[in-house]
Amino acid sequence: MGSRASTLLRDEEIEEIKKETGFSHSQITRLYSRFTSLDKGENGTLSREDFQRIPELAINPLGDRIINAFFPEGEDQVNFRGFMRTLAHFRPIEDNEKSKDQNGPEPLNSRSNKLHFAFRLYDLDKDDKISRDELLQVLRMMVGVNISDEQLGSIADRTIQEADQDGDSAISFAEFVKVLEKVDVEQKMSIRFLH
Amino acid sequence: MGQRGGWGQISALSWQQEGVGLEGAGISLAKIVFHLSRKVTSIVPESCLLILLGLGLGGIVLAVAKKAEYQLEPNMFFLFLLPPIVLDSGYFMPSRLFFDNIGAILTYAVVGTLWNSFTTGAALWGLHQAGLMDPGIEAGLMDFLLFGSLISAVDPVAVLAVFEEVHVNETLFIIVFGESLLNDAVTVVLYKVFNSFVELGPARIHATDYVKGVASFFLVSLGGTAVGLLFAFLLALITRFTKRVRIIEPLFVFLLAYVAYLAAEMVSLSSILAVTFCGICCKKYVEANISQKSRTTVKYTMKTLASSSETIIFMFLGISAVDTSKWAWDTALVLGTLFFILLFRAVGVVLQTCVLNRFRLIPLDRIDQVVMSYGGLRGAVAFALVILLDRAKVKAKDYFVATTIVVVFFTVIVQGLTIKPLVTWLKVKRSDHHKPTLNEELHEHAFDHILAAVEDIVGHHGYHYWRDKWEQFDKKYLSQLLMRKSAYRLRDEIWDVYYKLNIRDAISFVDQGGHVLSAAKLALPSMPSRTSMSESSVTNLLRESGSGACLDLQVIDTVRSRRDKEDAAMHHVLRGSLYKPRRRYKASYSRHFISPDKQERQDKEIFRQNMKRRLETFKSTKHNVCSSKSKARLKEKGRKKKNISLTSDTPNGKTHRNVPWQEAAPVLVMVSSEEEESDSSETEREDDEGIVFIARATDEVLQGKTTPGSLDVCPSPCIIPPSPTLAEKELPWKGDQADLAVYVSSETTKIVPVDMQKAWNQSISSLESIASPPGIESGSQHRRFACPVLEEQPQSANQAMSEQSSCFQFPSHISKSGRSQSDSSPDGAEQQELQPLMATEEQGRMVPTTEPRWLMFNRASHL
Repeated sequence: MGSRASTLLRDEEIEEIKKETGFSHSQITRLYSRFTSLDKGENGTLSREDFQRIPELAINPLGDRIINAFFPEGEDQVNFRGFMRTLAHFRPIEDNEKSKDQNGPEPLNSRSNKLHFAFRLYDLDKDDKISRDELLQVLRMMVGVNISDEQLGSIADRTIQEADQDGDSAISFAEFVKVLEKVDVEQKMSIRFLH
Repeated sequence: MGQRGGWGQISALSWQQEGVGLEGAGISLAKIVFHLSRKVTSIVPESCLLILLGLGLGGIVLAVAKKAEYQLEPNMFFLFLLPPIVLDSGYFMPSRLFFDNIGAILTYAVVGTLWNSFTTGAALWGLHQAGLMDPGIEAGLMDFLLFGSLISAVDPVAVLAVFEEVHVNETLFIIVFGESLLNDAVTVVLYKVFNSFVELGPARIHATDYVKGVASFFLVSLGGTAVGLLFAFLLALITRFTKRVRIIEPLFVFLLAYVAYLAAEMVSLSSILAVTFCGICCKKYVEANISQKSRTTVKYTMKTLASSSETIIFMFLGISAVDTSKWAWDTALVLGTLFFILLFRAVGVVLQTCVLNRFRLIPLDRIDQVVMSYGGLRGAVAFALVILLDRAKVKAKDYFVATTIVVVFFTVIVQGLTIKPLVTWLKVKRSDHHKPTLNEELHEHAFDHILAAVEDIVGHHGYHYWRDKWEQFDKKYLSQLLMRKSAYRLRDEIWDVYYKLNIRDAISFVDQGGHVLSAAKLALPSMPSRTSMSESSVTNLLRESGSGACLDLQVIDTVRSRRDKEDAAMHHVLRGSLYKPRRRYKASYSRHFISPDKQERQDKEIFRQNMKRRLETFKSTKHNVCSSKSKARLKEKGRKKKNISLTSDTPNGKTHRNVPWQEAAPVLVMVSSEEEESDSSETEREDDEGIVFIARATDEVLQGKTTPGSLDVCPSPCIIPPSPTLAEKELPWKGDQADLAVYVSSETTKIVPVDMQKAWNQSISSLESIASPPGIESGSQHRRFACPVLEEQPQSANQAMSEQSSCFQFPSHISKSGRSQSDSSPDGAEQQELQPLMATEEQGRMVPTTEPRWLMFNRASHL
């Protein structure tokens, strides 16, 4: 399986990705073939247009935000490493991972990294705070057109007030983590990658 | 029972009814007692207590009648007792969770049940063949399989009762509960298939019959599900059109669900599945369509019915257990059954979990499996099914009955009692029940979208992909078809949570007697403009106290901005004044008993009465007022009368247009715009607004009068004649103007008091210099609509006035306080009535708060 892909992907590269992201060998080759099939320019990187060609993504309200999350700041190309690094956020946490890695670097799919990924979707200006405007923008994308602006505004206000602890009328990452502490993020921010 | 003659049957029937009635009373009392002693229920599950109670009652009945006169009848069970239970569990099933785990649930329910019944039946048969049982048991393989099928029915009632108290984590809960619910359906189908085999007799069963059995199993289950879906669709569609007949909304819910049950039963499809899926699927749409009251009714009725029938079943269980003539004991069979059901359930769970975990995101761990195996409580359904066996066909019925009773007792009492310590001991992940927060809802939504997007990118169409597809389909077609337009427009989960939170806050606020305890949590809607000082504590206070009054979102929205302009102190005073509660009570009271059409008339009546009363108060207070004011009043009064006659003459709708003061228009607009959206709470809203407006009107009035020039007016409210001043407000601006100038004549309607305009403009411009420009207020919509209408009338007189609209705005608010009736007199009177209550306190509070109020007021006037 994935023989063509794996020939294009050097073994040491696979090893590195494996180490960094925790994906298995077969998952990496599978995702690499997906990566190449998305890569219409065939230059080993994906551009925003490549992502936008995925039809379902176009109708996803948060589609653009998520695409942006794949791209490192200021760049408009993402290579396979970066692609995998982003996807690794959504790898479920496995049992054996829970215990180990106390001292090593935090795995990409840890709870706090999952949360941070979501947080960054809101935080457009990267000031580590979700301001009211940022929240409103996301709300407008997710909520149907039937809700009026005032209603959205009141939702945003309430949301912020609910989470805001230091009274700066914005949600910091710490506050974001705090409000979601009862949510099973490990499960709700994971998908099953085929082996 | 079969041998009894006609007379016997009749007497048995009446006995039964009486018995059930008595039992019902006894049960209700018993339940109260159980719940009074929390200590007992915290250790012993309710189902245990009920069984014990049933034993006691059964003993008494037996002692009195010498013979158990009444028994569970098939018809009674299947037609009356089972449907409520199943509907209840289906309707209140957390559907998202259910569908998230549907794979596991279906596997356990279908495969697990098949496995359990076949293995248990076969093993028991083996035991019988081995000669370990009493040879007197005449039963073949089919009989044992039949018994195996009925004994493997994990009972949702018992499971729910136990697991709800244990609070295991939600995944585990939904799997066990979903399994027990669907497995009933599977059991019943299986039971019927085997029963027909047994009735046919082993000799006459051909190979094709087995094939037919398997085929009918699938046909019956899938068919039942289809019937359920069909009726869910019908039900949702019907509730879409019940806007005018709110009273029968709950009836539709029960009726159609029941019809679904009967229809499925009639064509011998699985009625349990039909009702379950009808409940699960219709809920979303029905809840969106029906009114809040109907929702509550449905909820309570369903819960009441379900818990009554489950209690009755448990009582029957207890009673049958006492009646020794009905059962025959065989130790080997009993012990064998107990052993096998425990063993095979455990084995089945482990095997299935092995397979399932390969496909699950979060695998079920060992502890979960233990709890799932141990949580297989048998209950009412198994018992009912065994009682329903026909002794003529199933020779070993008595033995089966005895065994089933023991199994039920054992699982419910022993396992039910020990599962809680077990869960604690195993440290099973518990669910922490907490109130939903807006943040969680919002971010979880975002997570869903993110996951769907990531699945798209990865190119693997998994669960999230299909759920996303389904949601889009639902949004595009189903919801549009099945939901009321108004409901559909407002339909959004995030919004719903927000709405519920607000209601909860409001209710808790009211419960706390108006003291702002939950203050920090009360985030009411956006303020007019965030940049301005509206964030100040006073406004917060205001917003909070406001939320206590307005349970309806729409109200909160529209009132909010105005509320901001109010003074906190003022609000407290108002709250203290008896006025609001009384009026509101009256309105809602009439509403309960009067159909919506009459309601309007009723409102009018109440309104008139109020007006009369107010006029009287008005007269009495008048004497306190300084002479100039009283003059004005007199004039007013005259005018008032005219207006009144005017209003009463004209038909309701048109009144507004004809009324002299422009205020009529806004009211009209407002009502019409909201009518559709929140029909249920109209009365409430009006009441609330009335009060809110009054309060503010007073303020403005004061300012309007005194301000012409500048800020130093602040103290002026105090300067103005003491209590009367405030009392004054009735026609604040009007009354004031009266001495000065031309009146907005009652005659022409079109003339605008010039002096007043001037004064207003002045004050406004002075204010404007201080305050920031108006923010956007949510309530503004209505008012904006109102503006054009407003202006039409006055413009003829004063077209040049640039700030006209702002001037008139203010009257418009006042008019709202007068409800849709909109003559000026009611407002005045209303304010008057409030007056005495507020007078003293207001004085004191006025001073410190004047300035902020001004600014806010200014904003308002611009809208």
